[in-house]
Amino acid sequence: MAHADTHAHGDHHDHHDHKPTGIGRWLFATNHKDIGTMYLVFALTMFLLGGVMAMLIRLELLQPGLQFFDPARYNSLVTSHALVMIFGGVMPAFVGLANWMVPLQIGAPDMALPRMNNYSFWILPFAFTLLLSSFFTAGGGPAGGWTLYPPLSLQAGESFPLTIFAIHLMGASSIMGAINVIVTILNMRAPGMTLLKLPLFCWTWLITAYLLIAVMPVLAGAVTMLLTDHYFGTSFFNPAGGGDPVMFQHIFWFFGHPEVYILILPAFGVVSEIIPTFSRKPLFGYDAMVYATASIAFLSFIVWAHHMFTVGMPLAGQMFFMMSTMLIAVPTGVKVFNWTTTMWRGSLTFEPPMLFALAFLFLFSIGGFSGLMLAIAPADYQYVLVPGAVFAIMAGVYYWLPKWSGRMYNMTLAKWHFWLSTISVNVLFFPQHFLGLAGMPRRIPDYSVQFTDWNVVSSIGGFAFGLSQLLFIAAIVHGVWYGKPATGKVWDADMHGLEWTLPSPAPYHSFEEAPEIH
Amino acid sequence: MFNRKVATVLAGLAFAAPALAYESTYNLPVGATDISARVYGLHMMMFWVCVAIAAVVFAAMIYSIWKFRKSTGAVADRTLTHSTNVEVVWTVIPVIILVATAIPAARTLIAMDDTRNSELTIKVVGYQWKWQYEYLGKGVSFYSTLATESNLARQLNSGIDPRTVKDYLLDVDHPLVVPVDTKVRLLLTGNDVIHSWWVPDFAVKKDTIPGFINEAWFKANRVGRFTGQCAELCGRDHGFMPIVVNVVPKAEFATWLATQQAAAKVAAGGADAPAAAPAATTTGTP
Repeated sequence: MAHADTHAHGDHHDHHDHKPTGIGRWLFATNHKDIGTMYLVFALTMFLLGGVMAMLIRLELLQPGLQFFDPARYNSLVTSHALVMIFGGVMPAFVGLANWMVPLQIGAPDMALPRMNNYSFWILPFAFTLLLSSFFTAGGGPAGGWTLYPPLSLQAGESFPLTIFAIHLMGASSIMGAINVIVTILNMRAPGMTLLKLPLFCWTWLITAYLLIAVMPVLAGAVTMLLTDHYFGTSFFNPAGGGDPVMFQHIFWFFGHPEVYILILPAFGVVSEIIPTFSRKPLFGYDAMVYATASIAFLSFIVWAHHMFTVGMPLAGQMFFMMSTMLIAVPTGVKVFNWTTTMWRGSLTFEPPMLFALAFLFLFSIGGFSGLMLAIAPADYQYVLVPGAVFAIMAGVYYWLPKWSGRMYNMTLAKWHFWLSTISVNVLFFPQHFLGLAGMPRRIPDYSVQFTDWNVVSSIGGFAFGLSQLLFIAAIVHGVWYGKPATGKVWDADMHGLEWTLPSPAPYHSFEEAPEIH
Repeated sequence: MFNRKVATVLAGLAFAAPALAYESTYNLPVGATDISARVYGLHMMMFWVCVAIAAVVFAAMIYSIWKFRKSTGAVADRTLTHSTNVEVVWTVIPVIILVATAIPAARTLIAMDDTRNSELTIKVVGYQWKWQYEYLGKGVSFYSTLATESNLARQLNSGIDPRTVKDYLLDVDHPLVVPVDTKVRLLLTGNDVIHSWWVPDFAVKKDTIPGFINEAWFKANRVGRFTGQCAELCGRDHGFMPIVVNVVPKAEFATWLATQQAAAKVAAGGADAPAAAPAATTTGTP
């Protein structure tokens, strides 16, 4: 960027190069890159914490009998693992990717609402401090499952209000972030970037943001009703007072099903950026991909009760929800076919982002198939969430990290991370299909002896997967501080997208003048 | 460096494991009722449909990964960007497949919903952390709790190896007893929190919800001992409130029921109650 008259614009010139320093830079950040970085660091920390919880769960499940945990404490591990991974890991990670990449991809100088962006982030450490502090209360952490079904969730002690307030805060953060994304994408695209030229990562985030705004308030309503039932004598879910425990499930899952699409649509977006790049071909069927994403989002509102098939639903209800659930497989399938066709007759290379994107393609499809088979819930959801959402996040980090830091991370470390993770994640989750089919229930700390073998295999996979993530940390550390300098293009491929027109690391302020779109 | 060997291994993993499941005991059981056999059939149909689709899709992916590598000189065909025809085809074909599989699924759902013409009705109540069974109209009711041997072994650091315990975690003091070839209707409710009564061999899983009465039914077509577990997180001992159902010949059931009824009369008190022989099981006290 040339500054024609540096003298006349002296102060202005200083602001261009001036980065805030010290703790103030982070506490008062309004720069989308800094806020994106904070979200990603927070998400990584929470992913590791949730991962430790998972390892503890697998440790208890390594052998029949109880060796380590009181069953109540085990239940709180199971509950918190989910809350931390979903609300502390996956969602903030995707918001971090959005913060970094949406302005860069649309040629905007920053997000539309930078101060609100700051609040959105800083709410999260506060919310999780509340949630995790509940572990130190007399009754221990929340132990009724992340789905918080009453009456069980109302039996919680002091952890209960902490959990509810934490959820409220996280919801507020998500809603504010979603508003920011929508306003930014709809208002700040560079001239010439029509909506049907928007990169697919931005499309998926635009649609995800609408989902967030639609359903986070529903969750807030549901948990508030739990709170008032517990403390203020209401009977929303208490049958003795004329209430209905199943109503909670309806309200929760009306949030909960779109929530799982919130967790996966940005992943679709990341993968839709990476596969074309490393296939050296445009994404096949761009328009169809946009419409498929929108269809998935729309359909996600009418399937919620497939989480409630055993509650005693009338036959007509079961039929409707079964049909609508099967229907959602159609646009999802369209996306898988389009990604595959993008690779078809391409010119493929297998850098770490592509490795993770391909693993996503295989393993998410397996997860999807198991969903079609009227899922054994733990295996299905773990397949779509871990090799799905988590792998896509890792793919995105490996893809864009050099743009953020200006350095190439160690490819060998990243590839080891990839292979160890992919193999161990399958060892961890695939046997769970067998266990569910054979009759092992979910959320139990101990099991009947015939389930031992597959549990041992799964636990070994779990430990291996957990240890493999140390390689992720090593690769990131190397890539931020020690790697060789990266070019603007970063990858030896046809780089489409405005982010690759900038140098690496991307300047603190970018696109202060809107770029031209061809 | 991605090589063909690795791709083959991956493909093998993807295909072989489900096949293993089919052969071993780690698949859905065919079970002991006509409904459970239908559910098994549906599951396997869906499974093979998925395998077929997966074979095609994964073959395309693996082929692409192998054939269109830059390192072997593949040049990208940048004109292959979209095709409305192809999008229509791979939207319509899945819809047809889904409709075709939905029809038998719907039929089975309808059959599962039909609780008419039952010959025996049992009320099931989920408690934290045990089940209560009441044979409606017969004056027999009892609690069914995890068997003592299992209960001792499962305590934290009990020092007892679960492998030495018979039917570890799948044994109770008072099993549910039902006659074979008899349509049994269940009325299910919960006492405190939501539990779920699940017996895989009957393909029955129904939530027991406080304030609600749910209905389910099964008709066992062979004698045997069938087990299940609570399937809805219900607190600390969610994993320790199993279900055991003894399906017995009709005559044996009649005898058992009569013994239970006699014991119930004795327990209910009265000096003129006949001195009954001690029953094999006793009614539980609430």
